[in-house]
Amino acid sequence: MASLDDLKKRIASVKSTQKITKAMKMVAAAKLRKAQESAEKGRPYSEKMNNVILNLSTGISDKENAPKLLSGTGNEKVHLCVVMTSDRGLCGGFNSNIIKKAKSFFSKILDQGKELKIITVGSKGNDQLKRAYGDRIIENISFKESKNANYFDADKVGKKVIEKFEAGEFDVCTIFYNRFKNVITQIPQAQQIIPLNNDAEENTSDESYEFEPDEDEILTNLLPKNISTQIFKAMLENSASEQGSRMSAMDNATRNAGEMVDKLTIEYNRSRQAAITKELIEIISGAESL
Amino acid sequence: MSDEFKVEIVNPEKSFLSKEDATEVVVPAFEGEMGILKDHISIISFLKPGIITIQSKSGEEKFFAEDGIVEFKDNNLSILTSSIFNLKDADKNRIHELIKIAEEKTNNTEINDQMKYLIDQKIDVLKSIN
Repeated sequence: MASLDDLKKRIASVKSTQKITKAMKMVAAAKLRKAQESAEKGRPYSEKMNNVILNLSTGISDKENAPKLLSGTGNEKVHLCVVMTSDRGLCGGFNSNIIKKAKSFFSKILDQGKELKIITVGSKGNDQLKRAYGDRIIENISFKESKNANYFDADKVGKKVIEKFEAGEFDVCTIFYNRFKNVITQIPQAQQIIPLNNDAEENTSDESYEFEPDEDEILTNLLPKNISTQIFKAMLENSASEQGSRMSAMDNATRNAGEMVDKLTIEYNRSRQAAITKELIEIISGAESL
Repeated sequence: MSDEFKVEIVNPEKSFLSKEDATEVVVPAFEGEMGILKDHISIISFLKPGIITIQSKSGEEKFFAEDGIVEFKDNNLSILTSSIFNLKDADKNRIHELIKIAEEKTNNTEINDQMKYLIDQKIDVLKSIN
C-alpha cells in the first residue's frame, strides 16, 4: 500500500491535471462559439453556390461536352482522397473518427483494384496515415500558422486539387471531414467533389435562366470556385467539430479527474485513520502490560 | 411598394448584406454593366471588377467587388463574391495598395490577355473611386 506521502503527491498531481483540462475546456468552449458562428455564416455561400451549379447543370444543353470537373473523366481508375484533420491533439475521437472513415474507404478502393492517392490536410491525419499508407500520401498541407479557417487557405488546397486534376493525375476526388451536428455529435463525412455528384434532389423549378456569357463559360469558371468553396465549408465544419469534440473530451477528463481525487482522498483518510488507530492500540496495549 | 425586391450579398465567411427593399441594382457584369429591376428574367452572370450600386428606399449604397457571380431568380438577387467592401468604409491607403499590387501584376508579361483586361479594369475602377 502506498504511503501517506505518496497518496498526497498523487492527489496533488491529479488536481493540477484537472486544472489544465478544465482550462482547456473553457478555451475550447470559447473557440467553439466562434467557430460555430462562422460555420453557420459560411453556409449560405456554399449552399447558394451549390444551387447555382445545380440550376446550371440541369440547364446545360450539351452534356457530352460538359466540363470535366462536372462530368468526370469518363473512368474511375485513380482516386484522390483529401483527408482533413486538425493540427492539434487532445480532442477526443475527432481525428480518429475521420481516419477510421477514410481507412474503410481506402480499403474498399484498393479491393476494387483502383489506384489511390492521398492528400492530408492537418498534421494529425498525416501522423496517423503515414504508417499504413505512407507511400500513397502525395502531399501534406498544414495551416498551423493561421488561427482560424479562412477562405484563402481553402483556395490554396482547391487550386492544388484542380491543378492535379488538370494534369490528369486522378479521376475522382473525395474529401473527408467531420460535419458539425452539435457539441457532442460530429459525423465523419465523405463527400465527392470531382466529378460533382448530382444525385441530389432533382431540380424542381424548370424555369429557364438567361446566361451571360453562355453556360459553358460560366460553368468552367464556376466549378473551380465551387471546389474551393466546398473545401472551405469542410474546413469550417471541421474547426467547429474540433472545438466541440475537444470541449466534450476535456469535460470528461475533468470529471474523471474529480472522481479520482475523491477516491484517492478517501484512501488517504482511511490510511491516515488506520495509522492513528494502530498507534493507539500500541499505546493501550503497552499500558495494559505494565 | 410593388417595385421592390430582395438583394443578398454573401461572401465565403458570412452573409455580407441583405436588403428587402431594393428598387434597382446595377452590377458590373462580365459583358458590361447591367441594371436589374423587379421582375427581371432569371439570369446568371459573372462580375468583373467594378462597382455594385444598390438603390433602395433607404438610399443608395455602393460596393466594390473584384469578382463574383450574380443570380437573379423569383425577385431574389444573390451576389456571391469573395472580395467586397463598402465604398464608404474604404480607406485611401488600402485602395492605393490594391492599385499598386494590380499594377505590378500588369507588368508581369506572363499573364494572358483576359487577365490583363480584368486587371486593367480593376485599376481603372479603383482609380476612379480614389
